[in-house]
Amino acid sequence: MLVRREARPDDLVVRGARVLDPVAGIDAVLDVRIDGGTIAALGEDLHPNGHRVVEGRGLVLAPAFVDPHVHLRTPGREDEETIASGTRAAAAGGFCALLAMPNTDPVVDSAAVLGALVDLARAEAEVPVGFLAAITKGQRGEELAELGELSDRGAVAFSDDGRPVESPALMRRALQYSAVTDRPLAVHCEEPSLSRSGQMHEGAVSAELGFAPYPSLAESLMVERDLRLAEAESRPLHLLHLSARGSVEALRVAQACGVEASGEVTPHHLSRTDEAVRTLDPNTKMNPPLRGDDDRAALIEALRDGTIAAVATDHAPHARHEKEVPFEAAPFGVTGLETAFAALFTHLVQPGLLRLETLLERMSDGPARIFGLPRPRIAVGEPANLVLLDLERRWRVGADGFRSRSVNSWLLGERVRGQVRLTVADGRAVFQR
Amino acid sequence: MTTRGEFRVVREEPLPPAPPDRRHLLSVGDLSRDDVERLLGTARSFETSLERQVKKLPTLRGRTIVTLFYESSTRTSSSFELAAKRLSADTLSIRASGSAVDKGESLKDTALTLAAYDPDVIVVRHPQIGAPQLVARVSGASVVNAGDGKHQHPTQALLDLYTIEAELGRLEGVHVALVGDVLHSRVARSLIGALALVGARVTLVAPPTLLPLGIEALGCDTSTDIGAIADADVVYVLRMQQERMEAGANYVPSLREYAARWGVTAERLRPGQKVMHPGPINRGVELDAAVADGPEALIETQVRTGLVVRMAVLYDLLTTGAPVQAAAALEVA
Repeated sequence: MLVRREARPDDLVVRGARVLDPVAGIDAVLDVRIDGGTIAALGEDLHPNGHRVVEGRGLVLAPAFVDPHVHLRTPGREDEETIASGTRAAAAGGFCALLAMPNTDPVVDSAAVLGALVDLARAEAEVPVGFLAAITKGQRGEELAELGELSDRGAVAFSDDGRPVESPALMRRALQYSAVTDRPLAVHCEEPSLSRSGQMHEGAVSAELGFAPYPSLAESLMVERDLRLAEAESRPLHLLHLSARGSVEALRVAQACGVEASGEVTPHHLSRTDEAVRTLDPNTKMNPPLRGDDDRAALIEALRDGTIAAVATDHAPHARHEKEVPFEAAPFGVTGLETAFAALFTHLVQPGLLRLETLLERMSDGPARIFGLPRPRIAVGEPANLVLLDLERRWRVGADGFRSRSVNSWLLGERVRGQVRLTVADGRAVFQR
Repeated sequence: MTTRGEFRVVREEPLPPAPPDRRHLLSVGDLSRDDVERLLGTARSFETSLERQVKKLPTLRGRTIVTLFYESSTRTSSSFELAAKRLSADTLSIRASGSAVDKGESLKDTALTLAAYDPDVIVVRHPQIGAPQLVARVSGASVVNAGDGKHQHPTQALLDLYTIEAELGRLEGVHVALVGDVLHSRVARSLIGALALVGARVTLVAPPTLLPLGIEALGCDTSTDIGAIADADVVYVLRMQQERMEAGANYVPSLREYAARWGVTAERLRPGQKVMHPGPINRGVELDAAVADGPEALIETQVRTGLVVRMAVLYDLLTTGAPVQAAAALEVA
């Protein structure tokens, strides 16, 4: 299901790093030796065997990250991102796998389009990529896409991301029919009659600025509907980019009732609130919008207690000229692959809101588990999927440029702490600084 | 091994802050109480000068002021233009229709084009929130927001303060009731902030659907009962913005029902209450025609003071708030 460019696996020794794999239960200063892309030895004072040695003293070596929600803009908007540039950005962000959303032009709703993308990824993906396919043809919410054939051709999951499946009847049918695959539906929950023309979260800030509101209810009502449907059909359901307290509470209740439901949350919703929109900076505009303090607190709590098991960047590149317009005219979306870890280390771990171990798990094992992807693990015999992190390093976002073709980062110009020094994805060192 | 040198790294400097020597008036939130008092004082000096036979002052001779209007406007555009002319500035008026905007030019490119003429001030009206901020960032001129979407219209708020102070002799402690479509009103958002800044009391009176959720955070009371205007010294009637009422949005069942429940009529006013309106008026909807033309209405005064207040704003931006007499004397010398 995950594909990447063919390349020779690496031999490597990472020496003296604090090896931290919360799932495997490792937290010790060790050397890690990789032979031909596979973790061959963990121990003290390992012989390098002639391998290249990366000095890890003072750094943390963890399982590399998995991003379940990325927009690679290919096909259709290769000026904004390509598979090559997006996977380089992912490598720089410490990711060893990513899932691409199907809201491209054309939409990934047929085996032909999916097959072409898989071929392209085999030619240019630096980091393994999986593709989601649309739930409905053209993501128009009218007819089911050929889920069976798409699944056979390697679709990791199905989503109309960017828009909801508006009709409850069609959503129900999609859940029912998805049983012919073993793949989950991943839904963008938005009740359009409530969010229509909405620009930002409804609250004191939107009241003051005058923006048309996009209330929390627009999300949580649809979350409740889709959870009810998933429960009725006994099918797995993944909730994309949750932003509102009400959504999280509904997810928690559904999980307690045995619904096979999962959720994800973005670094920007975990780090920022609607107060950021006061800048009128189009890089504070995304869908769903940045919400209130209370919503942010609920998201952090849900990530901590595991109700939300995955961090997802919702990396959404946009052309510079399309974002250099008044806020209301700008498209929704911000980039995030290159800043995800630093953002959350700075805004959650540093202030004591989340343990580093929990963050590492939610950025790696959590999303892999939800989508049935290989789970990055630091253990002898496992393929090397590793990220080497410098937790002391402070840097300014954008000062070094971006690997992404787009620059619409919600953190542009900010000083953050925590930097990726090395990424090993599927046995290959794909990034080092 | 991929290293940084092998592929293109897109460099992006964070948006540079505007040059520090350029001052803007983008939002009432940019102003301190001292700023407001200084601007109103400057406007009073200009009002005196306008009583002279020759109304033109040499103060901004050689300066260039551009007005860039993406929305229709009568009083705001005309008063800015006249204000600039009264101060002897060169003026250039751009309207969205008939310009390169019609050919799909972006706001950024239009602003850069105008910036090439090195204007001192660009006055912007635009239907989208944040447009003046964008012009301020890219043009290098001082920018005055003449209305951006539903966000801000700071010179309207200043002229309203000027009008109230001229009529009542004070601003501190004055009670103003704003009645009507607060939700879609940049005038309301600007005026609420400005009144709070000078120590006035504000009550918003509107149908529940036209009161934005959370607006109380700006420091005002709200009511859905038109009876709440009884205590106010000034009843400020907002335009029922039919052009912003999306079809089927159902903010109110009908304009007829709105007028019946929230229309400001002589019967609902007590003697001595002043009535204001930013114009243009929907007579018989939000404001009864007899009240609009009556002795307590300050609507024409608002238009007249718009001129001196905008002169004060332009003057203040370009002379960094020096007293009028001193600057005028300098020009003559």
